[in-house]
Amino acid sequence: MLRFIVRRMVGMVLVLFVVSILVFLIFNVIPNSPPAQRLAGKNATPVLVKSIEEEWGFDDSLPQQYVTMMKKVFTGELISYSPRTSVESRIKEGIPATLSLSIGAGIIWLFFGLVLGYFSAIRAGGALDKFLTGLAIAGISIPVFLIAPVLIYFLTYKLEIFPNAGYVPISEDPWQWLTHLILPWFTVAILSIGFYSRVLRSNMLDVMNEDYVRTARAKGLSERKVMTRHVLRNSLIPIITLFGLDFGATVAGTAIITEVLFNIEGVGFYAAESIEKLELPPIMGVTLYGAFFVVFINALVDIAYAYLDPRVRLGTAAQ
Amino acid sequence: MAIDPQPEALAAGGPDAAFPPAPEGVSGERGPWYLAYKRFIRNRLAVAFLILFFLIIVFVLAAPLWANNVAHTGPNQSHTLEKLHVNGEVHEVVTPEGRPIGPQWFGAGGKFFLGADSRLGRDEMVRLMYGGRTSLFIGVVSGLITTIAAVILGLLAGYYKGWVDAIIARTLDILWSLPVLLFGIALGVSLAVGGLKIGPLTIEGGSIWIPIFVISIFTVPYIARPIRGEVLALGEKEFVEAAIAQGAGSLRVMFGEILPNLASTIIVFFALNIANNMLFEAALSFLGAGVQPPNSSWGTMISIGEELLTTQPLLAIIPGVMILMTVLSLNIVGDGLRDALDPRSKVRLEARAGMVEREGASV
Repeated sequence: MLRFIVRRMVGMVLVLFVVSILVFLIFNVIPNSPPAQRLAGKNATPVLVKSIEEEWGFDDSLPQQYVTMMKKVFTGELISYSPRTSVESRIKEGIPATLSLSIGAGIIWLFFGLVLGYFSAIRAGGALDKFLTGLAIAGISIPVFLIAPVLIYFLTYKLEIFPNAGYVPISEDPWQWLTHLILPWFTVAILSIGFYSRVLRSNMLDVMNEDYVRTARAKGLSERKVMTRHVLRNSLIPIITLFGLDFGATVAGTAIITEVLFNIEGVGFYAAESIEKLELPPIMGVTLYGAFFVVFINALVDIAYAYLDPRVRLGTAAQ
Repeated sequence: MAIDPQPEALAAGGPDAAFPPAPEGVSGERGPWYLAYKRFIRNRLAVAFLILFFLIIVFVLAAPLWANNVAHTGPNQSHTLEKLHVNGEVHEVVTPEGRPIGPQWFGAGGKFFLGADSRLGRDEMVRLMYGGRTSLFIGVVSGLITTIAAVILGLLAGYYKGWVDAIIARTLDILWSLPVLLFGIALGVSLAVGGLKIGPLTIEGGSIWIPIFVISIFTVPYIARPIRGEVLALGEKEFVEAAIAQGAGSLRVMFGEILPNLASTIIVFFALNIANNMLFEAALSFLGAGVQPPNSSWGTMISIGEELLTTQPLLAIIPGVMILMTVLSLNIVGDGLRDALDPRSKVRLEARAGMVEREGASV
């Protein structure tokens, strides 16, 4: 196990390095204009551009520029220039909102996905099955930016069931926090419920053919015990992996758009605001931190998987 | 279910039907492609959505007709200060408070059929049609680029194996494990600000080739990885060995022998990839990192319309419904194609959903 962890961690560090190089290329090398000009933002004065050029050392060699950039990112000195604000502190302010959204949505889609998947597996071929297939196809086809406006318009504006968009910190008022987040949670979750239930269903149908299930039945366990203790448990392992991966992808993907649609001032909202103002330093920061987070989660998922399923440790799961 | 002789296939094509599709069969009327076509036609849902997809194409292609003959305006033309005669009454296109006019349907002879888009007073219907052109163009072209690049990479990696495979497969793995939306935003914005220069080719910051470029890069792994796997498996087959024994060169084996056997996979993934890319484009454009103003795409229209959600909900909802219909029809047609071309395929929905679901995740 330890060997596996070490190997996986080395792999992770390599990927992080590649990610940082990619971000460096995207922001400082690939585009076809002076980098200081781009970082300065739309209405920058020549003085500001000049000072950024010196600050970031754009006259240096590329490796030197890379080191300068990384130093800025990791010491929290990344600054957006108009007006001067620390990118790191803005990102930190946004994290609670982003995590509230993503974790809540994750719990909802996991819960409904598992419950629906379980029941459709024990009655395979039934009406629920067909409904879930439809939901899964719809889930990958409905854009978030269609669900959210429809929900907001009808449930918030017309029927006034839910409060107007925004985010209330849980420390301020837990009830308001909850009611403000219900719609965003379901907006994100609904896309995945169908998919998760399908995956659980097919896992369970596979596991049901295993010998140990037959043994469990043969030794006289009740059908419910067989299903929950043996079939469900073993079908959950791949789901856990999938969930970890999707959770990372949600934080660094769907959550951005959802935050914008519901005016939740999280990290994604900050990124979108910066896109509108064409300010690059915040986008650079969010991309790097977001990618690091995702890569880290992926490594954790692999380790958890190896812990739950010892067969993985011997295989090539580290790749 | 190793080989699954479809009853209808046996009836139509005799014993050949059990063999996997080979492109040489195109000429023969009862070839595997004909059988696949028969199977597809039988799938009513897929056919209905294929028709819907064609209707959407016709709709967006008709944009100049509608713009010139009915709406008498262009997609980026502002009408803020103009008045509109509707059934004898006079309305302002945009009220002094900045509220655009709502849908007029045919009240003004087709002008402002869906109302105006914002305080800029542009014709929403015209923008919807031209925006659809942009969205579909980006989806299809980036789908083509992605597919071609993915097939070449998959062939090289799966055929040569060794260090070629190591490099390509590792690169694809890393690309796959990145949060694509974030990287799409990063690349989209920094190119929108700076533009791009590849050798003699210069792309301006506002060009739609920038989102095409961005989307193509980040979706390659979704096709290249399965293709590579399939090439690895095909490389072990006797017909490849036979071709090599007859003295065929690497290129000949890759493109002449293996590639035709990938045809059904490529077709299916191409359809699904367009759907995926259109969602990606919409997300980028919605956030301002894709299609740049004043050009419209369905994604930018939602982001403009969303600001007026309480008064003019249709402005945000209609482009969203267009995206949904297009993406849904491509997904269902892709699924139908998979069933028709490869009836033995076990992984259908799961594999396809994985394309979208696992964005930004590694395996």
